[in-house]
This record gives sequence, structure tokens and C-alpha cells, in this order.
Amino acid sequence: MQIEVIVNLKKIKMEVDANEFLADTLRKYGILSVRKGCDTTCCGLCTVWIDDKPTLSCTTLSFRANGRKITTIEGVHKEADEFAQILVAEGAEQCGFCSPGFIMTVLAMKNELTNPTEETIVHYLTGNLCRCTGYMGQLRAIKTYLGVQ
Amino acid sequence: MKTVGKGISKIDGMSIATGKPVYTEDLAMANSLVVKLLRSPHAFAKINSIDTTIAEKLEGVECILTYKDVPKQRFSLAGQSYPEPSPYDRLILEEVVRYVGDEVAIIAAIDEKTALKAMSLIKVKYELFDPVLDFEKAIGHASIVHAENDVHCNFDIGMKKELNIVSSHKVEVGNIDEEIKKCDIVVEETYYTQANAHAMMETYRASSYLDHTGRLVIVSSTQIPFHVRRQLAKALQIPASKIRVIKPRIGGGFGGKQTSAVEIFTAIVTLKTGKPAIIIYDRKETFSCTTSRHAMRLSVRLGADSNGYIRVVDIQGLSDTGAYGEHASTVFSVVGDKTLPLYNKTTAVRFTGNVVYTNKMPAGAFRGYGATQGAYALESTINLLAEKLAMDPTEIRLMNLIKEGETCLTYNGKLLGSSTLHKCIEKGKELIGWKERYPVQQIDKNRVRAIGMAVTMQGSGIAGIDTASAEIRLNDDGNFTLLIGSTDMGTGSDTILAQMAAEILEIPIENIIVNAADTDISPYDPGSYASSTTYVTGMAVVQAAQDLKRQIIESGAKFLEVSSEEVEFDGETISMIKGEGSVRLEKLAEFLVLGTGKRQLVGNATYGSPVSPPPFIAGFAEVEIDKETGKIDLIDYVAVVDCGTVINPKLARIQVEGGIVQGIGMALYEDVKFGDKGKLLTNTFMQYKIPCRKDIGNVQVAFEESFEKTGPFGAKSIGEVVINTPAPAIAHAVYNAVGVRVTSLPITPEKVFMGMQNKINF
Repeated sequence: MQIEVIVNLKKIKMEVDANEFLADTLRKYGILSVRKGCDTTCCGLCTVWIDDKPTLSCTTLSFRANGRKITTIEGVHKEADEFAQILVAEGAEQCGFCSPGFIMTVLAMKNELTNPTEETIVHYLTGNLCRCTGYMGQLRAIKTYLGVQ
Repeated sequence: MKTVGKGISKIDGMSIATGKPVYTEDLAMANSLVVKLLRSPHAFAKINSIDTTIAEKLEGVECILTYKDVPKQRFSLAGQSYPEPSPYDRLILEEVVRYVGDEVAIIAAIDEKTALKAMSLIKVKYELFDPVLDFEKAIGHASIVHAENDVHCNFDIGMKKELNIVSSHKVEVGNIDEEIKKCDIVVEETYYTQANAHAMMETYRASSYLDHTGRLVIVSSTQIPFHVRRQLAKALQIPASKIRVIKPRIGGGFGGKQTSAVEIFTAIVTLKTGKPAIIIYDRKETFSCTTSRHAMRLSVRLGADSNGYIRVVDIQGLSDTGAYGEHASTVFSVVGDKTLPLYNKTTAVRFTGNVVYTNKMPAGAFRGYGATQGAYALESTINLLAEKLAMDPTEIRLMNLIKEGETCLTYNGKLLGSSTLHKCIEKGKELIGWKERYPVQQIDKNRVRAIGMAVTMQGSGIAGIDTASAEIRLNDDGNFTLLIGSTDMGTGSDTILAQMAAEILEIPIENIIVNAADTDISPYDPGSYASSTTYVTGMAVVQAAQDLKRQIIESGAKFLEVSSEEVEFDGETISMIKGEGSVRLEKLAEFLVLGTGKRQLVGNATYGSPVSPPPFIAGFAEVEIDKETGKIDLIDYVAVVDCGTVINPKLARIQVEGGIVQGIGMALYEDVKFGDKGKLLTNTFMQYKIPCRKDIGNVQVAFEESFEKTGPFGAKSIGEVVINTPAPAIAHAVYNAVGVRVTSLPITPEKVFMGMQNKINF
């Protein structure tokens, strides 16, 4: 079937199967920042925004995105670069495979929460796994980025 | 120093952080065939018949291979230098399947859906055997996991395959029985460690194609490109010169990608079809059908005198390698290698035991590589001994631990080159608040907080075996290309190696292009494992840079028509020490590649170390336990590390934090469960719980630098040692909290609670 979606502010017609998931569709259409890590909605790697809300694209059927606005890290590169600079300066990206999903969640959190506490930050990001860094460096980077203690 | 010791950002940091297409899957050819594997549902069986005729007729299916279609040469997937100490006990596909998930058929189709459909149409009939599932019952089991007679070992590793023994090992110095009689106190305990999953975020994957000359090109997320090339040549029976392995960015490895799980399957499809192919393991395959940590049973007996001097260390081990013997003997020997030297006031030490085959998923290399299992068992027993002697566990360690300039029974007279472990302990005590908080504090009626600790050592590269090469080229524009064959798994090793080259050449790191790794282009490197990259490849890089610097000075002097002794190079200009003459590096670089009789400058070095200097770490855990439920919260973890000179403090700190958290996972959360027929039940992140952000408490990291004379700029390794202390330190803290000694990992609330009810060990 054909769906029409706005991906990173561009209207695109996509051919999708009825049982196809959005993460696979986006990769098929060249959005390679979207990655899958678990198939069970545990790891957060596939996080994109649908209508500005962070969503796990590995379990969202593509046809459900019909007519909606999808944002990936390619669509927010200015904001993503700004945070990535801080993350990299902290040394807190290692293999980088989880970074796009993680950064999309961080940027969404910034839009959603005002002056969050450390506990709120950790809670918001609990669904984003990282096996490399041990999370502490990511937390330092987020706090610097948000300007919170 | 200008570059070494500075917290420089990773050279690929921005690309990988912002989702650029730099990983294996991103780089695969668009028209690649999708490869899927039909897997055994049985733990141990023989394929009586396999019918692929219907599946092959499906439109879009390009090739289906069974054991009848593959070469019959046995090989090992272990990423080790040739000749590997791991047994050649694998075929690409075999008539016998040895674990739930073992490969039965390779299917390649135009897309995933077609491949999966074809898979469902393959009909297999099995003759079932009684599987060997309990590793403690493997020796002498009625079933023999590898009954075939063409298993080959390059060395005598003590294989007795008719008894399901892959390897036997024994190190003994002194007379254990005599010396133990002289001890005032003897303690003994048995421990179990689990078959942890690496759980790197990027699952296993590789793609392949034939290049313009018909050579097989493999793009793989691997830690060992050169070993992959050699293994493919052997398994596929083609010359290594016909194979090129390219390693792009890797989404984590932790030793898992030191075993070649997937490359052979796409490679054989490309060879058979002539078409590009890609294989991507899903998470369940990654959990169930690759490799895990070796699960072990370790019994430790310690003897000490009444003053607290440890005289006897005796460790008896049993290791479960699963269906295939990747790294079986070497992981096991490391248990002893990294425990027996630690406490050196001994009169007799011993490490002995067996590694056994079972019908479960294979074990392989995993960060810590046996030292992790050994540290949990030994350090837990040291803490037990301290308690029996009524000594502070930090004091018994300070008395007994090996020091710089000392030797130990198993070092055979060799002196320890560098260690600040004693300082690490003192610093850790300060940071955790040992004096005020050890051993336990009552928080309220139900909750207690307690502290525990452990120390450990690892190595830096494999002494006398693994040898790395490096090249640095002065380019025509005055910039440099550093060519290395090691693998940056995200640790930042490419950056660290560039820092070393920049330091020697006195140039900014931005002037160096790092190229790693491509077996057609890179100089040989065994790959990134055994904590070797900073230390071994680092020395090769330092020496290659020194070689190039010498050539730059010589060429500059020649250009200026003076002798080498009369000029100096400051990274920008070659100038006469006395006099006005000088030439800028860019000018010299241009001159060296233009016109006749010229020679572009390339610095070269190959380095292998005769020693493997140990990094050390002291770990301190504070836990809070709810006595009503046994629930354990990790409040604080302090790690103080001696990795020699810290080449990049920012990246080293993240390495420590990451390793500690992986160790916390092993200690508290990562439970491995098999069904009664041998199927791995914990095969998703829903069942196999790695730590999330809420699970880890606060992790504090500090360094106590030493200077390792044999290392680049005084550096030792850091990658593995950091995972070893959480299990014993947390177990110790739990004991101090509620008096329950948990002796099997992970330390779950259930074990703690049941232990509190019964005051028995688990």
C-alpha cells in the first residue's frame, strides 16, 4: 500500500507492506540513522519522533504513520550537533550505535521538561540502553546541555 | 607532553554520535541478497534427511545450502593468532547439530520475507541424542558432544573428547598439601559464574561482494579483520589472497566480535552466487547463537598464618565451553594467570581443572576473559578469610598484594614493572568513606547499607604472541596517514593511537588521517582484544612515528645540504641548529614526491611485547538492602585504576565507567537460564536484563597513574580490568549488609532473601 508522510519536513510517498514497521521503511528510504537493537521495545535505538513525540519505530506499523510528521536525527541536525558536541567533548559516545535514538530522546526531553532534576532525566531516558558508556558520562553531558545541576 | 595525556575528543565522535551511515549495514550494497539461517530446534541431533526442493522453487530464492554443499575442512572461529590454541571443531554446516540454534541450512533470497518463507519450507528430519546440558555432569557423560574423529588441535591442550573434555590445565608451584598443613587458618568456598551475553547494541552482521578482479570482499563488524581473512580462507578452501576484509565503524564488541560468528555465511553465498549478500543477526540470534562468557565453577582454598599472611592459593576450576571450543583453553588459563600472581607472600599456589563441551551455545571471548570469573572467586574468598581472621579486608590486601619490583611464585623471578595498586586501595577507601561507613549502617528498621571491596589485575596484550604493525606516511601535502590494523570498537583507540603519533612527530592530531582497518591496506595486526591496542599497537605506532621522524630529519638535512645532526624538526619546519637554513614540512613533502630520484617517506614498525604488564584496579561498592524483600540497590561504586600513564583521561574515564557498569550487570542482573531441553530462555532484553540508567547508582572513577617502562609513554591497558571488581565487591557488601554470602551470580534479591531466611549459601 502507499502512504504519504512528512519525513524531516519533506512530503514523501512510500510503498509499504501492511505488516511493515516504520524503522524498516525509513531505512529502505535511505534514512540510515534509524537502527534496531532489540525487536522487543527495550533498547530505544529506533526512536524517532512522530508528530514531535519520541516513538519506537521498530514496533510502529508504517501505515499508521500515514499523514503524520516523522522526524529523525537527519531532520534536527542543528540541535543534534549542538548536543553531540557536548556529548563528544565529554567522551561519552563510544560505539555510537545507540546515539541517534538516544539524542532524539534527549532533544524531546528538552522540549518537554523544564529544568528537570537528575532523577527526572534518568527516568525519562530509562528506555534508552547503552552497553558501552555506563551512562554516567551521558548524564554529565545532558546536565551541561540543559544547564542544570 | 602536548597531545598525550590530554582529553582529546574522538576523531570519529561527531559522525557516530549523529547517526552518519558508517556501520556495516549502512555500507552494504543495495541489491544484496539477504541471508538467513535455519537453526536446530534440538540440543543434540543428527540430520537424517533434509529436503530443500520446495523451498528452492520459491521465486526470489537464490541459494540454499546444507551440510552436503559446504567444504569439509574443520576450523575454529576463535580470533587468535595462528596457530590458534582453540580446537578446529567446526564445519560451516554439519550433519550433527550440537545446540539449540546450531546452523542447519543457509538460505539466500532477494529479500528477508522470501528468505524466511523459504526457510519455513525446508523439511528436516532429526535423530535425537541425549544432550549434555549440565556442565558438572559432562565429564564421562554417556553422550559425546564431539564424537567425530577429525577434530584437530594445533597444540596439546589436554583434549579428551571421549570424556567431553576440551582442555585440561594445571599450574602448580610449591607443595600445596605440605604448605596447607602449616597454615593456621584455611578457608574454602565454591563459586558459580554465569554465561553472560555481551549485549553490544549492534548485533552481529557482515556483507560481502566480489570486486572488479573477482576477489571476495567482506565488510564486517569485527574486532579481528586479519583473523577473519585467515579463517575464511581455511573454511572456504580458497587462498587468503583472494579475500579482503574491511572493518567499518563497529557498534560495540566486548570480545564478542573476537569470534567470527557471521562472516562465513555471507561469504559462501557470494562465492556460490557471485552476488553481494548481507547477514544481520536479530537480537534473539545474537543471544542464542553466537558466543557467551564461559560459565564456570571455581573452588578456592586459601591458607594463611595467624598474622594474616596468605601462604596458599589453590583454585580448582570447571569451565563450560558449550558446543564448540572457541577460546576454551585460553580463557580458562587466564583464570589462574590473573589471580595467582596477585597475592605474592605465598609458599605454594595452584590452579587446575578442565574445560568441558556441553550441548549449549558456545562460549567465547568476553571482556575480562577468565580474569573476571577468577576475580569473583578469589576476591570473595579473600574477604571470607579477612572475616575469619577478624582483619580489615583492605589491610589483608595491603599486606599481601604484589608490589612494584617484587616477584611471585608464578612469575618465576620476573619483577613486576609497575603498580600503584596499594595507592588505589588507599584512594578508594577515602572516596567511599571506608573509615566512617565500613562495614554496615542501619538506615531504618528494614534497610541497611554496607560496603564491600575487591581488587584485580589483567594483562596488556598477549606476551610473546600477538604482534602489531603500524605505518605512517608523510603525504604530498605535509599531512600524515596513520595505517593500522587494530579495531576501534568505540573505545577511541584510533584517537589514542593518533595522539601517540602526534606526540612523537610534534604535530597537531588534526594533521593525521587514521585508516583502520582493511586487510588490503592496513599492516598486520592481530586485532583488538586482550587489552592490547593501546599497549601493543601503541608501541608499534610510537616506533613507526620515530622511524618517520628520523627520515624527515634526514631528508630535511639533505635538502638543506647538511648532516642530520645539524638540523632539528619541530613538527612544522626542519631547521639548522646553527645557522639560518630551514625548510617547511609541506615544502619538503612536496619535494619528496616531485621529480626524479625521490622517495615518499613512510615510517614502519612491528612490535610484540615479551611481557604483558598488568593494569590494576581497586573497586568499592556500597549497597542498600531492604531486609523485608532482599531488594538490593547499588548506591555508590568507586573504582581507582592503575593503567600506567593515562593517554586520554576523558576516554579512559568512560572506559572505566562502562566496564564497571557491565560488571554491575554481571553481579546483580544478568541471569542466564536454559530450558530443560537446552534452549536459551533469556534470549531478549525482556528476559536478560542488562543495567539501565536506574540500576547503577553513582559510579566514581579515579586514576593512580604508574609508569610502565615497557609501554608507550608509560601506558598499560584499561579495557578489560575494569569489569572484574563489581561482582566480588558487591557480593562482599551484600554479606556485610545481611550476612548472606551469595556464591553464584547474579546476586538476586531472591537469593539474598532466601539466604536471610535460612542463612545458607547460594
